[in-house]
Amino acid sequence: MPPDIEAIAEQVFVSLADPSRRAILAALASGGPATATDLASRLPITRQAIAKHLGLLAEAGLVTAEPGERRRIRYRLHSAPMQVAQQFLAALARDWDGRLDALRDYLEK
Amino acid sequence: MGFPDRIERVIDIAHPPAKVWAALTTAEGLSSWFGNDATIDLRPGGSARMTWTSGHTADMRVERVGEPTVFGFTWHIYGLPDDDPRRTYVEFTLEPTGAGTRLTVVESGFAQLPDDAYHKAYEGNTGGWASELGELVDYLDAA
Repeated sequence: MPPDIEAIAEQVFVSLADPSRRAILAALASGGPATATDLASRLPITRQAIAKHLGLLAEAGLVTAEPGERRRIRYRLHSAPMQVAQQFLAALARDWDGRLDALRDYLEK
Repeated sequence: MGFPDRIERVIDIAHPPAKVWAALTTAEGLSSWFGNDATIDLRPGGSARMTWTSGHTADMRVERVGEPTVFGFTWHIYGLPDDDPRRTYVEFTLEPTGAGTRLTVVESGFAQLPDDAYHKAYEGNTGGWASELGELVDYLDAA
């Protein structure tokens, strides 16, 4: 597997491992682009902590900053890295063991 | 060591290849162990569809038909958006073993990345709901 795919997926999983970052991503997914101040008013996380997490999420490519004046910058979810991570989860979720058991049961009944 | 690109399983079944072949390639067989309901047009390029009582549906495209030894199809990667072009390839190989069959299933392509995806994963996203909603507004304004 090319190492870049692995690096993209790893950044997604590392980002999702933190509950504050999950809350920020969930808020952007459900409510659309928002500034750090908007997020601080909706989440039990300080504005400073939100700004720090948004910086990490932007570095990981999970959010992008829309151009704007510093305090008014809106962040939006960037879905492409999630879709890379999702294909790895798909491999873990395929359950051929269960399906082949069902095939054997069907043929042997 | 990362995530798998391919999944492989081998099982021995106490029935001859012809019977296993029917279970894998007929609507009646597939709906008995794989989906709750199935349709299949068994020829390369043909469509197959499985549905489950949960409401989930899987659309497959038949790729290889070599009765009674090889059956292959591609399908969508679960969890990716419907318009994502990535598909995995599933191939069943049947080998006679005395009175039974050794069945191998290989599903591959989980780690593929379309040519532009690496780029897309790092560059700004021009897609998504915001731009689609913008297109909707443009369309309504023009109407």
